[in-house]
Amino acid sequence: MTVVRVSRAAVAYASREVLHDVSLEVGPGEVVAILGTNGSGKSTLIRTVLGLVALNHGEIELFGTPQRRFRDWARIGYVPQRMGAASGVPATVGEVVASGRLARRGIFKPPRAADRAAVRAALADVALADRIGDPVATLSGGQQQRTLIARALAGQPDLLILDEPTAGVDSASQDAFAATLTAFQRRGGTILLVAHELGPLAPLIDRCVVVHDGRIGHAGPVPEPAGHHAEPGHDHVHPHAAQETAGICEWAPTGERITAP
Amino acid sequence: MDLFEYEFMLRALVGALIIGLAAPALGIYLVQRRLSLIGDGIGHVALTGVGVGLLLHHSPVITAVIVSAVGAVGVELVRQRGRTSGDLALALLFYGGIAGGVVLVGLSDDSSNANLMEYLFGSLITTSRQDVIVIGVLGVLVLVAMLALRPALFAISNDEEYARVSGLPVRTLNLLMAVTTAVTVTIAMRTVGLLLVSALMVVPVAAAQQVTRGFRATMTAAMLIGVCAAAAGVAVSAEVDTAPGATIVILALGVFVLLTAASMIARAVQPRRRKPVEAQPPEHRIAVPWPE
Repeated sequence: MTVVRVSRAAVAYASREVLHDVSLEVGPGEVVAILGTNGSGKSTLIRTVLGLVALNHGEIELFGTPQRRFRDWARIGYVPQRMGAASGVPATVGEVVASGRLARRGIFKPPRAADRAAVRAALADVALADRIGDPVATLSGGQQQRTLIARALAGQPDLLILDEPTAGVDSASQDAFAATLTAFQRRGGTILLVAHELGPLAPLIDRCVVVHDGRIGHAGPVPEPAGHHAEPGHDHVHPHAAQETAGICEWAPTGERITAP
Repeated sequence: MDLFEYEFMLRALVGALIIGLAAPALGIYLVQRRLSLIGDGIGHVALTGVGVGLLLHHSPVITAVIVSAVGAVGVELVRQRGRTSGDLALALLFYGGIAGGVVLVGLSDDSSNANLMEYLFGSLITTSRQDVIVIGVLGVLVLVAMLALRPALFAISNDEEYARVSGLPVRTLNLLMAVTTAVTVTIAMRTVGLLLVSALMVVPVAAAQQVTRGFRATMTAAMLIGVCAAAAGVAVSAEVDTAPGATIVILALGVFVLLTAASMIARAVQPRRRKPVEAQPPEHRIAVPWPE
C-alpha cells in the first residue's frame, strides 16, 4: 500500500493552472523531498495532498483511501512553513503542541494522562522540553519551527508532511530538526517534505522529486554530493561556469537540471 | 450593601455578572483571530432585529438574536469565501444593519428616542425578571460552549489551516462561533448597549494579556476582570448616577491601563528571566546560482 498516491493531478488558482498532470507516490517508511524554485508549484502540491487546495483533475489517495473519503487525519502530521498568529493572545509552547493531539483524542474529551505524556514526549523529541510553559512569542524562529514539528508529532502520526521546514532557521535548529526527523523515520514513519535546499536533511532523503513550472521535472535518488560543492556552506559561485545550480537536486531557472560536476 | 435591597438592582447585578463572565470567554477567541471589532459589527446588525421586534410587537431580544445570528453567519460565509471584498461586504452589512434598525424602530408604535437609546447604550436598571432568565440561560450556554470546546476553538483560532488538516470540523465550529457571538451581543445589549458590546468582549482580554503567559491563564484572568468590572460598574453607577454600561467599560479600561503600566514597570525593573535566543541569528543561506 502506498502512503500517498497522486495521479495526474491538475490544480488551478482562479483560471491559472499551477500544477499540470503531476503524479507522485510515496511508500511506507520513505523520505521524499519535493524540490523546486519559488513559484514552481511545490508547496501547492503538498497543500493539495493535504486537501487545503482543491484538485481540478486527477486523484489523490492517502493510505489507500481516496482523499474525499479519508477521515483518519490523525495519521498525518502537518508542519506548516511558519507559526500562525504568534502575536495574538499569548499561548504557551505546551498549549500549541497540545492542539496537535486533538485529532487523536477528539474535541469533546478532556486531555488524559496519555495526551499530556505525548505532548511532553514530542517536545523532548525536538529538544524543547524545558520551554513547555514559555509563551511561543519568546522563542526564536527556529525554536518556533521546532514547536510546530512537536505539535505534529504529538498526534503520533504515521506520515509527516513538512513545508519548507528549514527555511530561515538557524543552524542549531536545523541540526535538531534533522535528528528529530531521523528518529521519526527510524520508528517507521514516512516523510514528505518540501524544501528549497536540503542542508543537513540531505542524508535522510531517499528520493527527490523536482517540480518545475507545475510539472515533475525529475524524480529519482538524491544525486551523490560531489566534494565540497554540495556542502551547505558552499557559495556556488563559479567564474568559469555559465550557469550553476544552487545545490543538489535544484532546478536551474532555464529548465535544465544541472547536477554537481 | 443597601443598594441591592431593591430587586431591580439585584436583577441588574445578576445580568451584568453573567455578561461580565461570558463576553470575555467568547471575546478571547475573537481577539486571537484578529476579529476584535466583529462584535461591534454584529451589534449594528442586532439593531435591525430590535426594530423588527418592536414593529411586530415581539420580544426585541428574540428577534435581535435571530437577525444578528443570520448576520453573523453571513459574515462568516463572506470570511470563508476569501478576503477579496470581504472588508467592504462587512461594512455594507454593518451600516445596513444600523440604518435598518433606526428606520424600523422609527416605524414602530414605540418609536421614542429613549427607546432607541435603551438598546444603543443599554438600560440595565429596566431589566425585567424575564430578561434576567433569558440572559441567564443564554449566558450559561455561551459559557459552557466556550469552556468545553476550548482546545478545539483555540486550535482553530491559532491556526485554522492546521486545524483543518487535523480533521477538526472547522466549518461547524466557525458557524458555532458566529452564532454564539450573535447571542452574546444580544444578551449584552441590555447591559452595556449595542455600541459598547464589543468592549466587554475585548477590553478584559486586552487587559489580561498584559500580564499572562498562556492562553488558559489569559482566559481565566479576562473572565475575572470582566466579572469584577461588571460588579463594580453596577455599584459605582448606582452610587454616582452614571450609565451602568459605560461605567463598566470605563472600569475595564482602567484595569487595562493599570496592568499595562504594571507590566511595563516590571519589565523595566527586573531583567528578563530568560533571554530570547540572540546568539543564533536566523541563517538565511541565499543560494547564488549565477556568477556575477
